[in-house]
Amino acid sequence: MKPESTPETSPCDQCSGRRSFLAKLSIGLSGLIGAMMVLPGVAFVLGPVVRRKKEVWRAVGKLEQFDNEFKLVSYEDPSPVPWSGVTAQSGAWIRRVSDTEFIAFSITCRHLGCPVRWVKGPELFMCPCHGGVYYKDGTVAAGPPPEPLHRMQIRVVQGEVEIKTTPVPLTTTPLKASEV
Amino acid sequence: MNRIKKIWNWIDDRSGYSDYALPLLKHIVPRDARWWYVFGSATLTAFMVQVLTGICLAMVYVPGGDEAYQSLKYITEDAFMGSIVRGMHYYGASAMVMLTVMHMLQVYLHATYKYPREMNWMSGVVLMFVVFGMAFSGQLLRWDDNGVWSVMVAAEMAARAPFIGPWLSDFIFGGQTVGGSTLTRFFVFHVFVMPGIIFAGIGLHLMLLLRHGVSEMPNADQPVDPATYKKEYESRLEKTGVPFWPDAMWRDVVFSTFVVLGIVACAAIFGPPSLSSPPNPSNIHSNPMPDWYFWWYFTILSTLPSSMETWIILGSPVLGFLILFLVPFLSNKGHRAPSQRPWSVGIIVFGLTSLVVLTIYGYYKPWSPDFGVKPLPESVIGASSGPVFEGGQLVHQKGCLYCHHIDGYGGHRGPVLSDIGQKLTRQDITIRIMNGGYNMPSFAGSLTSEELSNIVDFLLTRDESQKPQTSK
Repeated sequence: MKPESTPETSPCDQCSGRRSFLAKLSIGLSGLIGAMMVLPGVAFVLGPVVRRKKEVWRAVGKLEQFDNEFKLVSYEDPSPVPWSGVTAQSGAWIRRVSDTEFIAFSITCRHLGCPVRWVKGPELFMCPCHGGVYYKDGTVAAGPPPEPLHRMQIRVVQGEVEIKTTPVPLTTTPLKASEV
Repeated sequence: MNRIKKIWNWIDDRSGYSDYALPLLKHIVPRDARWWYVFGSATLTAFMVQVLTGICLAMVYVPGGDEAYQSLKYITEDAFMGSIVRGMHYYGASAMVMLTVMHMLQVYLHATYKYPREMNWMSGVVLMFVVFGMAFSGQLLRWDDNGVWSVMVAAEMAARAPFIGPWLSDFIFGGQTVGGSTLTRFFVFHVFVMPGIIFAGIGLHLMLLLRHGVSEMPNADQPVDPATYKKEYESRLEKTGVPFWPDAMWRDVVFSTFVVLGIVACAAIFGPPSLSSPPNPSNIHSNPMPDWYFWWYFTILSTLPSSMETWIILGSPVLGFLILFLVPFLSNKGHRAPSQRPWSVGIIVFGLTSLVVLTIYGYYKPWSPDFGVKPLPESVIGASSGPVFEGGQLVHQKGCLYCHHIDGYGGHRGPVLSDIGQKLTRQDITIRIMNGGYNMPSFAGSLTSEELSNIVDFLLTRDESQKPQTSK
């Protein structure tokens, strides 16, 4: 533990050069060992960040199940892992406006992501967490949400209604002042 | 007997117990602190409870999509002593959070962070934030719907970070949404990463404690002067100090006994927190809420003006950490006595009061629509038929009562309407309902003209001066 323990009367004149080389060698090799140990793991852990986003169509019910009232559907998220179980589910509110036209919103509140509920009487979406409220067209009616509900795409394939899954709609930073 | 002594002597000699460990235990400490200094050791005791119960829970807990919830149900309902162990882990967490904060407040009150103990304080601040991280991730490992939505909220907050926001939230989710890869990440942080940091941090914290010695109680006649402090401290200790074990430590042990008794008693009497529904991210009937020690922050997030929200969500933890971390550099010498530091006392009083008020608000969360409100009874409506009665029914059906309060019924988000008939005219009320206003939706699209007129008729009867005063 003592840094300068060598006697000063050491007969070896080349020692200090040799010692400083060995110290540098050891430090350098330790760095290499560290990099070899750490880098694959870091890449592994960051995998989800760099993985490409998937968007897939998922069936959510028969055409005739939908009418002019918002209906909650659940579907499997775009990239579930085999052990996900119930956590692979995502939710959306779907309303059939006409024979061919649908309106679908992700249940994720655009404030901080809590699940919004459709409340029939006042025809509003309400969030239970921080008081966000949206109109039936998804625009913000009250509370803190900075953006309207995330609209999702719907298509009908042979009488089956399908929803295009997307990653969780994140409200990224509103730093772009020009858009206000 | 001689034989046992021989064996002990061998162990003592080879392990160095008497040479190394005993002097640490018996190092000389000031005698005047009495009960003030028990919070730090009690925090350590609570941490030991967490480590031990955590190891037990981890033997059964399965950190996987569905299985986590099922294994927790098993621990709570079926496993022998499972409810007690889970309860101890829960109340131990509460105790640890509380004691950490109390410990910090005591150190701040007595300005123990001043020379030469700056790094003691800084290592403590890091530890405290890691403890908060443990508390948050632990709540989340209770992988029910609350856990799922806690991750969602955390990821949405992270997403607000400039430039790297979306990457951060993908990192938190372990993908693009909550799913099978999410829980395992928090499990690893909670069980490996953060406890590792805490062990290392406690090691440093205790080493620094021994290096600089236990501080004396502040004395208004002895301001800290870095040039002479160490000398004076040593000489005073020589005169009046006592060995830590057992002269000072017995109080730590007594206090810790009560802490652990409290944890075990709460676990036995109240049991662990109940699990809400399974972690299904498509379940909208969830009412996500953090555990009680974060209610104050929950209130802040809910009541911020949205224009400054992003800055505060992202900035306040960082700023809070930096300010606390750098406290010793704001002033590391001079008075330690609270009587000479009125601002510090003021900050503690203000901080604690805010904490209590914000926590109470967090519990009631008046900013949130109240989905469970009951309809108005006829006695409140004041009619049993006709437009006023219809209007009285409609304020419930149309959700007015989720936010507005009328004579003991309804939510608290919006203004109380008990005497709205006194304040506003028919026209004012109609315009307000149709157009909405600050934080009130417009109802023009969801009310027929008859419904609107009934609601207005009903609201105009809300006049407290017209009510009989006999009920008091």
